[in-house]
Amino acid sequence: MNPLDVGQVLEALARQFADLDLRPAPLLAREVSGEKQICLRVPADRLVEVMRFLYDDGRCRFDQLADLTCIDYLDYSGAVDRFAVTYCLVSTEIGHRLWVKCPANDPAPEVPSVTSIWKGADWPEREVWDLFGIRFADHPDLRRIMTWEGFESHPLRKDYPLRGRGEREQFERVSRETA
Amino acid sequence: MGLNGAAPSPGSAAQEVVIATRLDHIIGLIRRYTVNWSRKNSLWPMPYATACCGIELMATGASRYDIARFGAEAMRFTPRQCDLMLVAGRVTIKMMPVLQRVYIQMTEPKWVLSMGACACTGGVFDNYAVVQGIDQFMPVDVYVPGCPPRPETLLEGFMAIQRIIDADGVKPGAERGGGKGLRMEISPPAGGGARE
Repeated sequence: MNPLDVGQVLEALARQFADLDLRPAPLLAREVSGEKQICLRVPADRLVEVMRFLYDDGRCRFDQLADLTCIDYLDYSGAVDRFAVTYCLVSTEIGHRLWVKCPANDPAPEVPSVTSIWKGADWPEREVWDLFGIRFADHPDLRRIMTWEGFESHPLRKDYPLRGRGEREQFERVSRETA
Repeated sequence: MGLNGAAPSPGSAAQEVVIATRLDHIIGLIRRYTVNWSRKNSLWPMPYATACCGIELMATGASRYDIARFGAEAMRFTPRQCDLMLVAGRVTIKMMPVLQRVYIQMTEPKWVLSMGACACTGGVFDNYAVVQGIDQFMPVDVYVPGCPPRPETLLEGFMAIQRIIDADGVKPGAERGGGKGLRMEISPPAGGGARE
């Protein structure tokens, strides 16, 4: 089957979550090699519910969370929300793929954690928290994972300067006398 | 050692002092010369290789360039057995405490060679995470330029370290009166001498 054909998933979702405006749309604005990867928009307050359905339902069976990342839409033309946490789901059983985006906004952007469904979401969510500053509610261990202890900023945000805010200059020095 | 104007007579104590002083001086010279000679020809590097400079370092250690010609082929991965740290590659601020700890753990006398543009200046990686030159946070003796430096350049850096050792350029901590402090507070004796 065509792995990008998720017609039955969209049908099942439309029946189950008729009250949600899921807006299935192509992931890419520009079409590449004639293939369309489908992307859904799910609001944060219903995310776990929708994800649980995608995991459990016999027509979906998305048993693998292939990727979890985030996009900062600051100064992006036509964007409504500041951030979108992006999930790439794969069904190893049926063979189809689906993208899910969950919007988050300033101040204090927060999205529910999906570690209760896919245990492998643990570290990617910590990475998104570290680099984008999006809190994941009910995450078992939300600590920084890439940057060092005591780092305050979230460097992959678009408004963070490339050279930082002087964090790397404020560090303990070791001289020949103190070593 | 002053002779205080006393006329030296054969077999006097003053002459013995002179002879002993000269002997001390000669022994000191021999010791310094031999010790430095052995040190410079048996450097044990600590390869702190974090990027592509490490590949050139490996090439320097391999048979074509053969760092063993300079007596530095014994790379050890524990700082306790090393006296030359080779920082080859970029160092992030998260890695800096590790580098400093490895440096502190090395035994005296010790030297540091900063290899390549990244270790010396940060190179092209001028972002929030990368240290812009390890010499901002720890001592460096020799800088080897290049991106990455060719093995010949690195060997020249080694020879520069050898020249520094030969000229007593970097004294060990005991002679500098330095070394690590006790890092403990000694409270002044009660009622003793402290001016209000």
